[in-house]
Amino acid sequence: MSALLGGSQALWLVSRASGLALLAAFSAAVVLGVAARLGPRLAVGELHRALALFSVAFLGLHVVTAILDPYVTIGWAATLLPLASPYRGLAIGLGALAVDCGGAVLITSLVRRRLGYRAWRAVHWLAYLTWPAAFAHAVTSGSDLGIWWVALVLWGCAAAVATAVVARLLSWLRGPDRAALGTPR
Amino acid sequence: MVTAPARLRVDFIACAGRGLCAEALPGLITLDDWGFPIVSGQAVPPRLLADARATVRLCPKLALRLEPGR
Amino acid sequence: MTAGLLLAGTLPRLLPPEPPGLAGHTARYGPPPSGLSRRQRDALIAEVARAGLTGRGGAGFPTARKLAAVAAGHAPVVVANGTEGEPASVKDRVLMACSPHLVLDGAALAAEITGAAKAVIVVHRDVRVILDEAVADRARARLDRVRLEVRTAAEGFVAGQASAVVQWVQRGVPAPTAMPPRLAQRGLRGAPTLVQNVETLAHLALIARYGAAWFRSTGTPAEPGSMLVTVLGAVREPGVREVAIGTPVGQVLDLAGGASAPLRALLLGGYFGAWVDAAEALDRPFSSAGLADLGAAPGAGLIAALPAGASGLGETARLVRYLAGESAGQCGPCVFGLPAIAGQVERLAEGRGADLGLLHRWLGQVDGRGGCAHPDGAVRLVRSALRTFGGEW
Repeated sequence: MSALLGGSQALWLVSRASGLALLAAFSAAVVLGVAARLGPRLAVGELHRALALFSVAFLGLHVVTAILDPYVTIGWAATLLPLASPYRGLAIGLGALAVDCGGAVLITSLVRRRLGYRAWRAVHWLAYLTWPAAFAHAVTSGSDLGIWWVALVLWGCAAAVATAVVARLLSWLRGPDRAALGTPR
Repeated sequence: MVTAPARLRVDFIACAGRGLCAEALPGLITLDDWGFPIVSGQAVPPRLLADARATVRLCPKLALRLEPGR
Repeated sequence: MTAGLLLAGTLPRLLPPEPPGLAGHTARYGPPPSGLSRRQRDALIAEVARAGLTGRGGAGFPTARKLAAVAAGHAPVVVANGTEGEPASVKDRVLMACSPHLVLDGAALAAEITGAAKAVIVVHRDVRVILDEAVADRARARLDRVRLEVRTAAEGFVAGQASAVVQWVQRGVPAPTAMPPRLAQRGLRGAPTLVQNVETLAHLALIARYGAAWFRSTGTPAEPGSMLVTVLGAVREPGVREVAIGTPVGQVLDLAGGASAPLRALLLGGYFGAWVDAAEALDRPFSSAGLADLGAAPGAGLIAALPAGASGLGETARLVRYLAGESAGQCGPCVFGLPAIAGQVERLAEGRGADLGLLHRWLGQVDGRGGCAHPDGAVRLVRSALRTFGGEW
């Protein structure tokens, strides 16, 4: 019994840790995507892609360990279908929402050239839904918020994303004409 | 193996002058006075072909194309 | 081919002495061929190829090739381009007002040849009413096997560009699109699209009746047929004349009453054309071949005469500033480059001294770097002005 619990503890730990790492990587990717115009273009662009792909790796680890953990019953369907988890329905559901939206963004980005710019861009807006869903998932299902540095990472991510969004809004308000180039009338 | 000469082409309607291409491929792409890419009509030298393909992928507006044999 | 009243080699062909109604039109030209079989359509394309008809909208592309390319596609559509965005040109409006049925014959024929079920006739708003009436008359007479739909054209210089016309019809925004794909492959709502200037269609309607040999009986062997020319500026009787291609420029001016003052220069082709020294140009043939070494071309069929004493640079500055304002606003080099170039030309014209090195640098950076030929035309205009009015600064 203790061996089983030991294994379960390990899975649970890895799941939470990878979840935190996922939030950090994903938040960094979002910050770079939102504030892309304010930095060195090439580096920002490539880093954004790299972080997004890292996030997918962490996501895989996070989801698999959470589901394999025998201590809680989540089930595979809950990964993609919100409200399908018997355990902590809302929290996991938010995670599933993030996976759905993020998945759409990822897939369209992989086939971007074939899809065409307009369709790709339209789907990419879902990122603005993915991040809040991921963050809300972290807040509602996170068992470690009491630990000071976990809370720091969480709220640090939120602050970073919020700052990036505000910065982007301000720059858009200041100079919309240059930004309009590259979008056919 | 002989491959058809490949040329870089910019779709200026899609281009927004972000400049990633010129950073990535300074040997073949320079920027005009307003930040928009100038690509020579010359064939891409074979040693730069892989870099050229990567640069095409990089463009956030999908405005750069590699056209074979034209 | 129907025999008609038009003798080989004589003009006018497109412009009747007075605008006829449908009955007068049929009496003058004979009925248009229609109900073509597949073989007849192909034969007609071959006839157009033999005739050597090229586009009269400024680009001069061989019409038969366009027809064949679109005919090879599935469920094509025809767009007749009567936008005439070039402000100095009125020849398309005059043609549509005086010979609407020739234009409509050509559009309907082009539709039959390519297998299109309908033709969209995009016309300058000045002549919308005339075209509506003409289409109604034809509908009453059940003349056409294809549907003719008249639309008012968008305003603005770039609105007359082929892909811009398609975008105007499709979604109400006259903005050029990137090519490839060519309009003949994918145009209006994804269908293979034939965009043809209204004058080209009028010539097509006559070739279908009288044949290639008749068409070639005027003009030059390399550039056969006639064309409409808008003559304006320092001439006694400005207006539209129909001339054989290759007519000496001076003779074209004489058809417009001759110069009303000693001439300094001529603007040939349109706002996107080129200035030439008047004395040099007068005995040149008005054709692509005849004007090539002067750096000019007939373009959209326009000759504007600049009198001696007028400021060529001043006129050019005005034109370039206009062209800069007419950018569709989609491409960086055009949006930023044209106003910059206009600024330098204005400085030059006002005698304030311009940075010629900078101007030439910008001309080089803007030329050919747009989604359409708009910036190219402006560059051509400025370069020709620097050549022709070199003495002015």
